Amino acid sequence: MSKDQTIGEALRARGVSRRGFLKFCAATASMMALPPSMVPVIAAALEKASRPSVIWMSFQECTGCTESLTRSHSPTVEGLIFDTISLDYHHTLQAASGAAAEAAREAAMEENWGKYILVVDGSIPVGDPGYSTIAGISNMDMLLETAAGAAAIVSVGSCAAFGGIPHADPNPTGALSVRDLLQQYGDRKPDTHSAVYTAHSTDVDVKNKPIINVPGCPPIPVVITGVLAHFLTFGTIPELDELGRPMAYYGKSIHDRCYRRPYYDKGLFAETFDDEGAKKGWCLYKLGCKGPTTYNACATTKWNEGTSFPIEAGHPCLGCSEPDFWDGGGFYKAISTSTEDISRTAVYAIGAGAAAGVALGALNRAKKTRAVKAHQKVGIDDLEKDG
Amino acid sequence: MSETELLIWVRGPALQIATVVFLLGGVLRIFEILALGRKPNLAEPRGSALAGGLRTIITRSFPNRDTLQRSTFNVVAGYIFHIGFFIALFFFAPHILLFDDAFGVSWPALPTQFIDAVTVVTMIALVAVLLHRINHKVMRYLSRFQDYLVWLVTILPLVTGYFAFHRIGLTPPLLIAVHIASVELLMVVFPFTKLMHAFTLFLARYYNGAISGYRGVNS
Amino acid sequence: MSASLQRGIDAFKEQIDAPVAAFFSSCVRCGLCADACLFYTETGCPTRTPIHKLEPLRRVWQQEYTFWGRYAKAFGLSKPVTDEELEKWETLVYDSCTMCGRCSMVCPVGNDITYMIRKMREGMAASGHAPEGLIGATKRAVTIGSPMGVKLPALQAQIRHAEKDIGLEIPVDVEGADYMLLLSSMEIMNFPEFIGAVAKIFNKAGVSWTISSEAFEATNSGIQIGVSEIAAELVQRIVDAADKLKVKNVISPECGHAYMAIRWEGPNLVGKPYNFKVVHILELLDDLRKQGRLKTTGKESQRLTYHDPCQISRRGGVVEQPRNLIDMIADDFVEMPDSGTMNWCCGAGGGVSSNERADDLRLKVFRRKQAQLDAVKPDALVSACSNCRIHLEEGLEENGMDITVLSLTETLAEHLAED
Repeated sequence: MSKDQTIGEALRARGVSRRGFLKFCAATASMMALPPSMVPVIAAALEKASRPSVIWMSFQECTGCTESLTRSHSPTVEGLIFDTISLDYHHTLQAASGAAAEAAREAAMEENWGKYILVVDGSIPVGDPGYSTIAGISNMDMLLETAAGAAAIVSVGSCAAFGGIPHADPNPTGALSVRDLLQQYGDRKPDTHSAVYTAHSTDVDVKNKPIINVPGCPPIPVVITGVLAHFLTFGTIPELDELGRPMAYYGKSIHDRCYRRPYYDKGLFAETFDDEGAKKGWCLYKLGCKGPTTYNACATTKWNEGTSFPIEAGHPCLGCSEPDFWDGGGFYKAISTSTEDISRTAVYAIGAGAAAGVALGALNRAKKTRAVKAHQKVGIDDLEKDG
Repeated sequence: MSETELLIWVRGPALQIATVVFLLGGVLRIFEILALGRKPNLAEPRGSALAGGLRTIITRSFPNRDTLQRSTFNVVAGYIFHIGFFIALFFFAPHILLFDDAFGVSWPALPTQFIDAVTVVTMIALVAVLLHRINHKVMRYLSRFQDYLVWLVTILPLVTGYFAFHRIGLTPPLLIAVHIASVELLMVVFPFTKLMHAFTLFLARYYNGAISGYRGVNS
Repeated sequence: MSASLQRGIDAFKEQIDAPVAAFFSSCVRCGLCADACLFYTETGCPTRTPIHKLEPLRRVWQQEYTFWGRYAKAFGLSKPVTDEELEKWETLVYDSCTMCGRCSMVCPVGNDITYMIRKMREGMAASGHAPEGLIGATKRAVTIGSPMGVKLPALQAQIRHAEKDIGLEIPVDVEGADYMLLLSSMEIMNFPEFIGAVAKIFNKAGVSWTISSEAFEATNSGIQIGVSEIAAELVQRIVDAADKLKVKNVISPECGHAYMAIRWEGPNLVGKPYNFKVVHILELLDDLRKQGRLKTTGKESQRLTYHDPCQISRRGGVVEQPRNLIDMIADDFVEMPDSGTMNWCCGAGGGVSSNERADDLRLKVFRRKQAQLDAVKPDALVSACSNCRIHLEEGLEENGMDITVLSLTETLAEHLAED
């Protein structure tokens, strides 16, 4: 497959019909909350777009994000969209290994410096870089080097976006998200770097590289492809929220779009996983559902080609697309409950209050006793002041 | 600090801090009161101080005819906001979950829409109570800075709770965090202010009823 | 030695106990007590809100007995109580409060405000901020034996009059009598018929009773001014006389605060329980009625109502007895609105009547009683407190109201069955 092919050419070569292509464009437009009139624009843009180089780097991750992406049932258009990019480096998917693999990365960087898209899944160990290295290069160095030449960075999955599970308390590896790492160490030159980096080292400001966070554990496949499609169509970063997530997919909470929402409003809750409420499909709030504080498209896009999503399957939302979801006080604890042991705190506080109260009470008594002792008899001659 | 981190903080450490201030301060104050003691009554009793005290704890919840007539607004608005606050606090499902989770006690919740309506009525009553405080010459004269502060920290949980429920203005995690924080503010202010009446009124009513009950009068 | 601010503050510290701390902790400044107080309702003056009358005492509590108050005081965040302030409060604590206890009945958090006023007066008196009139009455009570300056010869003269009137001997200093009758100076000076009335009834009922020549004065200025030592001294005189005569009971006469003093405060003032019982004259009369020893004849045709003296009814617990007794002699008895334990004070109790400075105010707040009376329009107003009675008569006259004020005991005596 030639790298010079446009996306349109590549799709036709793969036998994707015009109708299928437009359907994908329409789905993309709707996901991005664009009006239907934008569908031809998207189609035309994608048709003509040349296939950009994509470098996919996996750090401290579980490959779940890649699994999610590849499990989008072939031959769906979402799968095929990968023919519209030039995936030049991806541990799991590439055939090359070792020095050849790194050479491919460097070649792609050299050829597309300033234009390639860097996709990252996994968090980066900063506390002890030895926890994760590739070809002897620390994740931090490889990220700093590769980010330097990227047009934009897409952090796929909650680990890359927010630190994810490696970042969970007590965070033994000192894991950071891509955004945090670039913000904290973006002005630092990688200790180990390639000749490509040296050649371009004049523009290595990675602190302000555009970063799109696509969190989720894993993220929804169509959301990953949709974000890429936006970038290809408009050549710009989609509108993001404060956490760097595309508003089109992460603009509303699960709770807001949940089909079980009416039960919440009526106060009908499943109390256990097998009670009458659970069978009737009532709200899972009491079982710890994090839908009210979780932003993602699960409730509308759903999973496995729109088949279902966790809440529909009877399980509360874990809040996996939110920062620190792993430390949110237990998956099965309702949001309104405390993440700490309040009853123990209460017992200690009452005990301490009683002890302090007895002590202060004794002081008060002593003071009162002094006042009683100081009392001088008031007789009829003591009712007026002298003079 | 991200929204989620803030939410986790207010749900965890901040709630712990608030609980400590609230309970430590509250218990301390009760002990401080009790430690002052009182002299045994040497007069021959006509009635029971204990029975009188317990009776007044209950009966003082209801105004007498003359007070109701003379202070109708004060009594009615006061009733509404107290009852409304209690309903919203103790009968909203997520709140009951908190008590269940923390202390292992739970009770049936009231429908969410009902709580919503109660909250609106309660907020209106509180605003009315504030206007009354500002306009009524006795209340205005008696009021200190603390009275307005207490009003504010009382209405904040209702307002933030209402906003959080209806998702107005901020993102839901932030709304929930602000709501919980407002309750924590109430808890922290509690032991230092007249909010203590929620605990000490039982003592006050008891003493009042006991003093009268000893003399054979129902107060 | 003389009164001083320090002595006043020390007295406040000494007086503050668990109930006071609970009351101040509970106040939410709702202002309901204002509407229960005739000094507020009839003047519309917010400074006369009952709880506000305690402000200096409240601050001493806060500064001395609360954990944050100590720091507030140390950092100058709460101002200390000053002499000037207490001087300003004098008219609120003495002139504008009869300690009637009505506010204590309505406070939604249960504050017994009257209980605190009583305590606050201890500090006011010790700091030299008691009203002149009350100081004079107190001095007379201690030195002469009666706040009105009534001496034994005056009583003896009234007794002789009464004996002549009713043709019965009035027992004086009879050892071993069942009952020892106390009298208020008001009764001796203004309503001596009371003595004869009691003698008639007791004679018919066969009550063994006496009057002590050593302690006949029932009133207690020490309680009104707020000096426990003086109050105790006055109570002790009665205790000594009762013990000397070995009586089983002491009768508190038709006087409100005398009943409070001798019945409820007395043992606590002298520091030990009595060897005798204290009964109010109405309690005893009602007992006699129940035992069939008090029989009446004929009924009052005029419309009667009953004014509950605060210290006898609300603060004393004698509520049913007068109504039982009135029933015996009334054809047309009506209750005023708020009667019983919620009755409005006449406006002269708690030392206000001894405090000439408060005369105008006392008559002004009488309008509350007037309104209560207007609601039922009685021909006569029965009561059981000479202090109320004098003030009611004055108030009625001042307002041109044609209502007779009657003593319940005297009215009963008039209807005593001859058989």
